[in-house]
Amino acid sequence: MKPLLQAGHRGCAGCCDAIAAKFTLMAAGEDCIVVSPTGCLEVMTTPYPESSWNVPFIHSLFENNAAVASGIEAALKAKGEFGNTKIIAMGGDGATLDIGMRSISGAFERGHDFTYVCIDNEAYMNTGVQRSGATPFAASTTTSPAGKVSFGNIRPKKNMPAIMVAHGSPYVTTTSIGYPKDMIRKVKKAVDVEGPTYVHAHSPCTTGWGFDTSKTIEVAKLAVETCLWPLYEMEDGELTKAKKIKNPKPVEDYLKMQRRFKHLFTMEGGDEMIKKIQALADANIEKFGLQ
Amino acid sequence: MKRNFEDDKKNMVVVEGSYAVADAVKACRPNVISAYPITPQTHIVEDLSQFIADGEIPNCEYLNVESEFSAISALVGSSAAGARSYSATTSQGLELMHEVLFNVAGMRLPVVMTVVNRAVSAPINIWNDQQDSISQRDTGWIQLHAEDTQEAADMTAQAFKIAEDPDVMLPVLACMDGFILSHVYEPVILLDEDLVAEYLPAFEPEFKLDPKNPKTFGAFADPHSYTEFRYLQQQAMNKALKTIEDAADEFYDLFGRHYGGLIDTYETEDADIILMAMGSIVGTIKDVVDKLRAQGVKVGVLKVRSFRPFPAEAIKNAIKGAKVIVALDKNISLGLNEGALFTETKGSLYNTNVNIPIIGFMIGHGGRDIPMSTMEAIVDEAKKVIDSGITVESQFTDLKEELL
Ligand SMILES: Cc1ncc(C[n+]2csc(CCOP(=O)(O)OP(=O)(O)O)c2C)c(N)n1
Ligand SMILES: [Mg+2]
Repeated sequence: MKPLLQAGHRGCAGCCDAIAAKFTLMAAGEDCIVVSPTGCLEVMTTPYPESSWNVPFIHSLFENNAAVASGIEAALKAKGEFGNTKIIAMGGDGATLDIGMRSISGAFERGHDFTYVCIDNEAYMNTGVQRSGATPFAASTTTSPAGKVSFGNIRPKKNMPAIMVAHGSPYVTTTSIGYPKDMIRKVKKAVDVEGPTYVHAHSPCTTGWGFDTSKTIEVAKLAVETCLWPLYEMEDGELTKAKKIKNPKPVEDYLKMQRRFKHLFTMEGGDEMIKKIQALADANIEKFGLQ
Repeated sequence: MKRNFEDDKKNMVVVEGSYAVADAVKACRPNVISAYPITPQTHIVEDLSQFIADGEIPNCEYLNVESEFSAISALVGSSAAGARSYSATTSQGLELMHEVLFNVAGMRLPVVMTVVNRAVSAPINIWNDQQDSISQRDTGWIQLHAEDTQEAADMTAQAFKIAEDPDVMLPVLACMDGFILSHVYEPVILLDEDLVAEYLPAFEPEFKLDPKNPKTFGAFADPHSYTEFRYLQQQAMNKALKTIEDAADEFYDLFGRHYGGLIDTYETEDADIILMAMGSIVGTIKDVVDKLRAQGVKVGVLKVRSFRPFPAEAIKNAIKGAKVIVALDKNISLGLNEGALFTETKGSLYNTNVNIPIIGFMIGHGGRDIPMSTMEAIVDEAKKVIDSGITVESQFTDLKEELL
């Protein structure tokens, strides 16, 4: 079978967006239509006159991805062409948690039959690693830099999955590109469940986070193994599954691999910040029953 | 077979302008309608939702979206998926759509949207002028203006015909003046669905989002190719000049009604003074022309139906025999102190052999009434230009000094 996302795109070596898109298409199969907002994925896969997409693909703007997807769904339904076609909106964390929030909220409230996949690389990567609502606590980005009087981003990640659950979505799940089977299973489930479903895929960015291009999957796994990124499923508002982590690793193991957290190990008071981050992981263990 | 158009007159019904447009949209058999309410557009989308509720528009999805931004964005998706797509808005809603308007046009999606022209905030004002659509001038949408409710309804069908022409493939803003046309009850002939089906074939785009034939829409174009995309949009606008005329002529053949193509003229043939304008004000001007003609004043009116593409050649030919041109604008480019019709007419004549003085009046902002007396005073100013040349090139009309 020909790959649905063709090699030869312009992504960085070790690019998380390419991995996330690839797994998503492996799950959805070729009878799908992909909608993607402005961001790394769209830019690197569609340099005119080339395209990496062997499925129909449309990019409109940065903040209207879900609205465009809802229009496609409406068109296919109106014309009696919906059949088994899966409509997948695939966007970055900035497009999802920040600027596209309104259109996602509207499309979920309207109940369109589509799946939204958030490729969460925890910053605005396409424009040069600026902070987004998904940037984690104490990460240094180009607009929340660590400095003499700053440990970087002062706010925790916005809880987007909870917001989507609150919209009454029948299926909301978190996943990680470090766990291909998990991600493919969940995307498959999401596209098969009727109605608006949401997959939030944690996706470490080699360039933006500052780690070696061979370590994307390793970093992704560490986020899960430290319980900073819990993998869980919510069906009709109920937590139905969470991946157990028998012996959680200390968050330092995850943080120390990344340039964006380097200041925590060099600045005075950095250890206090690391304790706060450990507390976030501990809270996840508690909340999702990870042990 | 020629129809007996006289029968149509017997079938006239008194309906609100908004209803006439909504009914015309229905007759065009859209597949996706998106709607977000804003005065004075509301009645159109309410009437359409009632048609849907009564099962009168088959194969159509009606989307109650959460903003105008999503109203037009949803149509990006639906049109790209091969659906005939419609929305209506005005003023703040249209301005909120601004970014998406470029996107629709750039992707060559033949969406049709009614603009029920209204002033823009601040100060907030719900009444008619045309600042909203004029401000979308460079987004790449064809922009047509209707004079009365019948034309607004009929223009809807023409708009789809023009937009979906394979040589054009550009979106169309079909503009009608807020309240003056949208909320007035007048006798109109509602569009016959079978005739519209004959006039407007099913929408079958060459390219669409289709898993059986995957294509990429909205690609990234670098400096190597971006210019050519822009050039081709301009070429399509050039082609639309003819398509707009053809759409009006074909409409006449089937329905017996004609409002001009790119422009229309009234009593301009031997006119010394030609007033040019867009939209409902043209009706008022025609009355003024009749009155002044009876007094021996050689005055006529040039109605501009198509603001984009701008019909420079048609305008030139229509005015070349006159002694003075007056452009009336329900909009202003702040900092230039000119309305768009004035600026663009002046600009398009500059390098031609037509050298007639043109003056501009900005008029009817925020719904300010335009009585015949105002128009007559403007004609008096035009006469002075013939006698002694231009003193004031462009100015506000009926300013209330006591409020300044
Ligand atoms: C309205 C608007 N504002 C800002 C931008 C600039 N912009 C383009 S992509 C991007 C960042 C995308 O971030 P994200 O959605 O997280 O995707 P990523 O590139 O990180 O995968 C920004 C800020 C834009 N294109 N449009
Ligand atoms: Mg990002």
